Amino acid sequence: MSIDRATVAKIAHLARIKVPEAEQDHLAGELSKILAFVEQLSEVDTEGVAPMSSAVATTLRWRPDQVDDGGTREAILVNAPDRAEGFFGVPKVIE
Amino acid sequence: MTALNRLTMTEALTGLDRRDFTAVELTEAHIAAVATARPLNAFLVETPERAREMAIASDARRARGEAGLMDGLPIAIKDLFCTKDVATTAASKILQGFVPPYESTVTANLWQAGAVMLGKVNLDEFAMGSANVTSAYGPVVNPWSPGAPGAWPRRLVPGGSSGGSAAAVAARCALGATGTDTGGSIRQPAGFCGIVGIKPTYGRCSRWGIVAFASSLDQAGPMTRTVADTALMLQAMAGYDPKDSTSVNRSVPDYRAALTGDIRGLRVGIPAEYRVDGMPAEIERLWDQGVAWLRDAGAEPVAVRLPHTQYALATYYIVAPAEASSNLARYDGVRFGLRVDGDSLIEMYENTRGAGFGAEVRRRILIGTYVLSHGYYDAYYLKAQKVRTRIAEDFRAAFTACDVILTPTAPSTAFAIGERMDDPIQMYLNDVFTVPASLAGLPGLSVPAGLGADGLPLGLQLIGRPFDEETLLRVAGVIESAAAITTLPPFVA
Repeated sequence: MSIDRATVAKIAHLARIKVPEAEQDHLAGELSKILAFVEQLSEVDTEGVAPMSSAVATTLRWRPDQVDDGGTREAILVNAPDRAEGFFGVPKVIE
Repeated sequence: MTALNRLTMTEALTGLDRRDFTAVELTEAHIAAVATARPLNAFLVETPERAREMAIASDARRARGEAGLMDGLPIAIKDLFCTKDVATTAASKILQGFVPPYESTVTANLWQAGAVMLGKVNLDEFAMGSANVTSAYGPVVNPWSPGAPGAWPRRLVPGGSSGGSAAAVAARCALGATGTDTGGSIRQPAGFCGIVGIKPTYGRCSRWGIVAFASSLDQAGPMTRTVADTALMLQAMAGYDPKDSTSVNRSVPDYRAALTGDIRGLRVGIPAEYRVDGMPAEIERLWDQGVAWLRDAGAEPVAVRLPHTQYALATYYIVAPAEASSNLARYDGVRFGLRVDGDSLIEMYENTRGAGFGAEVRRRILIGTYVLSHGYYDAYYLKAQKVRTRIAEDFRAAFTACDVILTPTAPSTAFAIGERMDDPIQMYLNDVFTVPASLAGLPGLSVPAGLGADGLPLGLQLIGRPFDEETLLRVAGVIESAAAITTLPPFVA
């Protein structure tokens, strides 16, 4: 599977990363190379094999549904590039 | 008396206990060493004032008879661990200006044990790399680079991603450093810089407060100059943490007690699949030498098979970018770090992330986005997860026939900054021996075992059963004694 520049533009938009048009061809070449490299996995017989999603054999723990933290609005907002009225500030989303 | 920054942790603790010197004196020696070593570009942030305060408090605790496990020992922190009120960058422009209002669990454990923070050390951007060349703050120089310090004819990489950690420890700026390892980021730089590093079993150290790369693989571990120091520092770092849902609730053994030197009857697995094409003969010889040392100490080498080894890198380069693309979605210019304005919210996201991420991070996010996207998920991501199961099964089968596995750490010694950068796959091959254990969640340790013909350090890797760090440390101790390396890097602070 090889990636063309239109695909680069599409996944860059999905990933919300601006990629200048001048870099799209080069990036398409690099990504195609990586995909060609991982293509070898098709040789492995995985019929009936369960996918591994956790590195340790463990089940997630239960815990009581209790508030044990909070009241830290200022600590949460302190690194915000823009803030107003105790909230994060973003460009206008409603016209 | 030996310069205080040349001591091991174990020696330093003895000196502190005997009142030969104070934590303040030990810390001052290291603060000076950090300054001397600036040409290495290992430290991103130096925190001498905090170090002095922590050392004064440490001396007071020792005077009261309340010294902790690592009390008064100056260490460096990989700049992937959030440290309260101290800038944390992950070596990325996108985290510019970020000052965490909280402390990671692992660093909190270290401060609880009395350790002293010298500063935050350089790494590959978001820990994505094997040479510390993807850092937004410039590459780190390996102190083993030949030639006059500061005027190196050929600047060598320290490995990565924990390159600043490895360089700082090897150059005697810090007694130890924290690292993180996703596919080899502790073990490979430890090998390149001639120090000891362990990636513990997944779940052994809390991931809480560590900037996430690939959450099913990331694991923190210590990097030090001796096996005994690694045992000590792991002891302080490890432990159950309710704030990390994958942290495992089991007691932390006394790792130093594991260093008995007695490996009689231990079965050491040698996987033929790790004899890869193009591996330098000297690395194969060193591996054979390692087998001979262990046999001489009474262990029994056995051949084991890990038939899916050749697929580990390809599996890793689907799973890790997929998880990274999800984890790094949080850098959106809204809550912390860089913001580059745009006319709409989406344009602001795209501008911010376009400007903030470096080339390697961008590449991995895009690959990850692609393999998770509609129509490709099954062919790439699900397939890789299934091959990952096969790789884990290989290890389970091997560990019915052996107790520990011995391999080289990396397929070469350190190379020069600028080499292997044209082709991402060439760079990825650095991790060919370390990635399989990461995928299986197993502990892996790199111990210095010799020097190559170029005079550069070579490491051997030990891979163990889940939560059997003790066997790794015990066997590593035997290799360390047998190798008896006394050569210092050309640059020591």
